[in-house]
Amino acid sequence: MLKLIPLFPLLGFLVNGLWYALIQSRPGAKKAGSTVTGGLASLAILGSFIVSVKVFLQLRGMPEASRVIEETLFSWIQVGDLNVPMTLRVDVLSTLFTMVISGVGFLIHVYSIGYMSHDETPGKFFTYLNLFCFAMLMLVMGANLPILFLGWEGVGLCSYLLIGYWYTDDEKASAGKKAFIVNRIGDLGFLLGMFLIFTTFQTLDFVEIRAAFSNSPTGVLPAGVTFETLSAIGLLLFVGCMGKSAQIPLYVWLPDAMAGPTPVSALIHAATMVTSGIYLVARLNFLYSLAPTASVVVAGVGAFTAFMAATIAITQRDIKKVLAYSTVSQLGYMFLACGVGGYVAGVFHVITHAFFKALMFLGAGSVIHGMHEEQDIMKMGGLRSKMPQTFLVFLIGWLAISGLPPFSGFFSKDEILWLSFASMKGSKVLWAMGAMTAVMTAFYMSRLFFLTFMGKPRTHEAEHAHESPFVMTGPLWVLAILSAIGGFMGIPPVISEVFGAHDINWLAHWLNPVVPHHVELNPGTTHAMEWALMGLSVLGALVGIFVAKGLYRDLAKAESLKQKFAGVHNILTNKWYVDALYDAVIVRPLVNFSKFLWRGFDVLVIDGFVNGLGRLSAWTGNAARVMQTGSVQTYAIMALLGLLITVGYLVYGLA
Amino acid sequence: MSLPPVEPWVVLAFSAAIFFVGLFGLLVRRNLLIILMSIELMLNAVNLTYVTFSHQLSSMAGQMSVFFIITVAAAESAVGLGLVIALYRTLKTVDTDEITLLKD
Repeated sequence: MLKLIPLFPLLGFLVNGLWYALIQSRPGAKKAGSTVTGGLASLAILGSFIVSVKVFLQLRGMPEASRVIEETLFSWIQVGDLNVPMTLRVDVLSTLFTMVISGVGFLIHVYSIGYMSHDETPGKFFTYLNLFCFAMLMLVMGANLPILFLGWEGVGLCSYLLIGYWYTDDEKASAGKKAFIVNRIGDLGFLLGMFLIFTTFQTLDFVEIRAAFSNSPTGVLPAGVTFETLSAIGLLLFVGCMGKSAQIPLYVWLPDAMAGPTPVSALIHAATMVTSGIYLVARLNFLYSLAPTASVVVAGVGAFTAFMAATIAITQRDIKKVLAYSTVSQLGYMFLACGVGGYVAGVFHVITHAFFKALMFLGAGSVIHGMHEEQDIMKMGGLRSKMPQTFLVFLIGWLAISGLPPFSGFFSKDEILWLSFASMKGSKVLWAMGAMTAVMTAFYMSRLFFLTFMGKPRTHEAEHAHESPFVMTGPLWVLAILSAIGGFMGIPPVISEVFGAHDINWLAHWLNPVVPHHVELNPGTTHAMEWALMGLSVLGALVGIFVAKGLYRDLAKAESLKQKFAGVHNILTNKWYVDALYDAVIVRPLVNFSKFLWRGFDVLVIDGFVNGLGRLSAWTGNAARVMQTGSVQTYAIMALLGLLITVGYLVYGLA
Repeated sequence: MSLPPVEPWVVLAFSAAIFFVGLFGLLVRRNLLIILMSIELMLNAVNLTYVTFSHQLSSMAGQMSVFFIITVAAAESAVGLGLVIALYRTLKTVDTDEITLLKD
């Protein structure tokens, strides 16, 4: 049954793809509309969602210790010691991911039917979208690293194709290329990490790697494996995660990836693909928890990314760019959680973030659709009355990401903040960065919200914005409900104790023991502290919201503040000059070096040698032409001379 | 009455003279017919040398060769003359200075 999950999108991809490639793309052929192609693609994803839920129910019916379903399709690679079967395995961790991917994916597919209704080639769009879902499902269902890598590269390819979907626009096409190239850098790390795992453990299968740990003679490390090796593996794989999950220093592609259609941003660049790095770390949590160096790096990079991306998001004017930096920031949170040992919290935030960020992206898409492709929030305003449905769902998303109880974002974010403070691997610095990020998150999201929906319309388009059709608002409502209640799957014990003294954190129990929920806490941490921090972060969120409200109700105030802090504002609008730095340090030297290779080496040396050979033979030919007079007598003299020389040589030369 | 025997060096000198006359003609004359005749001269000079040595060495092999050469020379001059006539018909000339087809 497992193979049905990726099979449906694969079929959808093949049908839509062949239909488009063989029939619709012929010159003069009529393109199929988004209803038919999108309906087909949505049905495919719905199929895999239904199967995912069935698999989940089946797992739930199994005894806790053996909740795994495995299916080997065929032997994929078999070379020497390396044996990679095409095995799909769904355990408690991957079942959550398959449901989120196919569930949120289905909603986004349905939404796209409305969003892409004016597009010229919806057939192509849904082909890519289905292929993406196939690759993403393979990524989370693969039983070993090569299959995961297959999915990893597959989603990267689809991301590239979909970012550059409107490829006639040069900027969008190069945004796609940027995403692809930056991800390639990360993939190198992933590959090296995979090689190191193979040489260390002689296997690439997750269960077998894990078995090496549980069968270890010392009880901690497998025979012949050192902490340094584990850290190296962890760091190399994390380089891959930096690329795919947009962490410093490889996050630069994600904001540019907003060039793609908005449903793509929601599905790939918020809900699913970018979280595959967290999936990988959570999957290998047994390895990371024994690799302290790697954990510190993961936590540090995560916290710093969360902080820095949040600062950039404050000044962005493009509605999708704000959300993009917010996504980078939230991904940083997830890695912060994994780095301090809270793998469950990381996965929890992946799920709630998938709900509310997909909701906000789709809401933004609805706004963009209603505003006729306008993305600048300064040109919006007062959309509350024009788009009441979008307004309401966005409100829920806003409250969820700001971290106000009882919306989903509160629970997951608060658990991360608590662990970053209380865990043995955590520290006050990490917590402080996380808490400041939380305040900024509430601030920039409120800014976005107030500028878009409240106040008075600031442009003609905003005055005449129209609500989106039901096919778009329907999925929004489902996601809004999920964003509102999604947090209840992971209620921390400290809260549930108040109501019944019973640990009802469903997610933590479900994921145990694949992802252990027990985190080693600092001695002396108390529930009172947890309550205090929780109150502090809610307070921080409220402060962020009210400051934003005060500032952006009256734009003149915001403007004067901007003047006052022009220097800081400048740095932030220019995104800390990171892109400029990369351009100066990496891109331009590389381009110049390539130009040197082109003009200096290729043209001069390679071409010079080849052309020189040609010129040499032409020159000798020309020189020898002089002898070819065409006169018989000259030839006769030549023959005579030749004869004389030969005879002379034979008579005198040999003596 | 019998003539005194001819010394071999006289004959050899004579044939060498003929050979170089032929060679000279081959190299300097511009008329194809003359060139053909020069080649005949050279051939016959060689024939004479053959016969001389054959007589001196009391071997018939040299004289046998001469018969072959005479036959082949006859065929050769027939072919050569045919070529000259064909050339003349196409180019209206037998002057080798004007026949430089190989150059172009």
